[in-house]
Amino acid sequence: MIRTALLVAGKDLRIERRSRVLLWQVLPFGVMGLVLSGLALGPTHAGHSSAGPGLFYLVMLLVTLLMINRSRVIEGSVGTRTSVATLGLDPAGVFLGKALALAVELWVTGAVLLAGAVLVLHTALVGTLQALPSVVVILAALAAAGTLYGALSGGGQGPATLLPVLSLPAFAPLLIAGERSFSASLHGGGLWQWWVISIVALAAYLAVGILLYGVLEDS
Amino acid sequence: MKLLSQRLLGPVTLALLGLTFWLGLWVTPPDKAQGNLARLVYVHPAVAWVALYVSFGTATIASALYLWQRTRSMVMDRVAHCAMEVSVVFILLTLITGSIWGRPTWGVWWAWDARLTSTAILGVFALAYLALRRANDDPDLRARRAAVFAILAAINVPIIHFSVQWWKTLHQGATVFTSNRQLLIHGLMAWTLLISFLAFTLLFFWLLRARYRLEVLRSERYDVFVAEALAQRRREGVR
Amino acid sequence: MVTLRDAVVLVGGFPLLSGLNLELEAGTLSVVTGANGAGKTSLLRLIGGLVGLTSGSGRVSDIDLATGDLRELRRRVGWLGHEGSFYDDLSANENLAFAAKALARPTNEIAGVLDRVGLTSRASMPAKLLSAGQRRRLGLAWILLRRPALWLLDEPYASLDDEGRTFFDQLVGDVVESGATVLVSAHDPLRSSTLHPRTLTLAGGLVVGDRS
Repeated sequence: MIRTALLVAGKDLRIERRSRVLLWQVLPFGVMGLVLSGLALGPTHAGHSSAGPGLFYLVMLLVTLLMINRSRVIEGSVGTRTSVATLGLDPAGVFLGKALALAVELWVTGAVLLAGAVLVLHTALVGTLQALPSVVVILAALAAAGTLYGALSGGGQGPATLLPVLSLPAFAPLLIAGERSFSASLHGGGLWQWWVISIVALAAYLAVGILLYGVLEDS
Repeated sequence: MKLLSQRLLGPVTLALLGLTFWLGLWVTPPDKAQGNLARLVYVHPAVAWVALYVSFGTATIASALYLWQRTRSMVMDRVAHCAMEVSVVFILLTLITGSIWGRPTWGVWWAWDARLTSTAILGVFALAYLALRRANDDPDLRARRAAVFAILAAINVPIIHFSVQWWKTLHQGATVFTSNRQLLIHGLMAWTLLISFLAFTLLFFWLLRARYRLEVLRSERYDVFVAEALAQRRREGVR
Repeated sequence: MVTLRDAVVLVGGFPLLSGLNLELEAGTLSVVTGANGAGKTSLLRLIGGLVGLTSGSGRVSDIDLATGDLRELRRRVGWLGHEGSFYDDLSANENLAFAAKALARPTNEIAGVLDRVGLTSRASMPAKLLSAGQRRRLGLAWILLRRPALWLLDEPYASLDDEGRTFFDQLVGDVVESGATVLVSAHDPLRSSTLHPRTLTLAGGLVVGDRS
């Protein structure tokens, strides 16, 4: 399972390195999302608002949706899926590999957008750095959940419009946990509840993915 | 015996619902603080109980049984589908009655109350389940994907509950046991409440059975359609 | 190698195969012909464990199609589809390395396989830049690397030039000689002078003609 996971993750990341979709398409989208958030807040609130953490996670959710679709498209054509199916890969390993690759991509995007939040939305630098561990865990949970919902919405051939409605209700508690723990790092406040939520969610998605990813395969 | 209980399900449900409305609207007294609005206590909690526990629970158990190899059958898939559909109706009723009840207290139709918010998110889950079913034509693939989605939704119930609960709460505590308002539940009111829970629970099973029958008819029609398609396909082969 | 009895495959309520019977001996070459929509690709997919059996029975390589482990079956077949069958952004080398690692095979055979299909000079070019015929050859390399007992080739001649056809016929001949079973789908019967396959004709998801 671990061997398959590393193989699949390596393949997905190598494809990303070749195609540079993250660099040229997703990161600019994310940065623009932060700028638009500032514009939406209006000139009086854009620079000194407590909404920074929430907006960061909102943009990350949208980025996640884009990246899940990208992860599905990689496996896209019927020919590719058929050929890969004849490799008889362990589905649990495929799930872990795709989730790991997605997590790495989200971590990179998250790092850039956190810097963007400090710059554009003026979140305090020290507090932002303190929020890093929780950001890492929440984004990993988003990656695990996203990989599952990506497969549920139909692998490479399902309609792209189905994914948001399937995944966003499940992303809601992660948004809450992320926003609250980020805010707590900035302004103080209880943290343990949010750690419970994010770790339970991460563990639950990993468990379901390992056990049931094979059930979602086409044939 | 089984037949008798099935035949009685409808009439008993209607009778109990009638009894609930009669007791709730005419026999029980209005509340001191909330007046007639408090009569929603005979509808809202029972509807919410059916929406969040009975129907969602039925759909989850049926989905889990479908995923388990030994109990895998299209019966489980159909039960899960029908229960989830009824669940959508009850969740909607829960949100509407909750909103009507909350309006005078909160001053707005929608408040960022913990239970209201998590119920709404669950409602989207139930709708998404139906959307997922519509997007898949193949019965087998549809059943598998829907079952996994239902399990994920069920796992999310406590996660959403606690996250929203910790996020913010304005809602009153559980109505019957720790009522912190002047709404005293005892005697006739307690009986009415109990009957309302029974009535709405039976209503769920009645609707579920009716919906299930419809699904069986649909699947029979599908079988006929498949048989015709198969015969036609074979004729192509003979020519 | 392959036994199918009254095999029905339904997808989305449409019968792709409608009660097909077939017997394939190991180490033979067979060609499935028929009009568009006759069920050629579906037959290959069923035999490869890529689509489930709705009713009827079948065994492929000692695995029951109804109750057996289809993932294990898929590992035993080599599939060449009529579209590109790999990751477009990866090079020929990388695609083959991925397949080799997935099947726990040594990666040092890749160079030899690429040489055999004549793609050595294109080894590090992204697969999406290859021509249709070259993609076919890469697909063949992917199968050669795996050395499966059962080859399923879906319309392999579609985008091959004369030289490609000759090369392909030669390769298939070698493979059959080495004991593998090959099933090819094609619009028309094979015109090869070197191969003498059994030709099956499909219509309406049934075998309607069979001649050796």
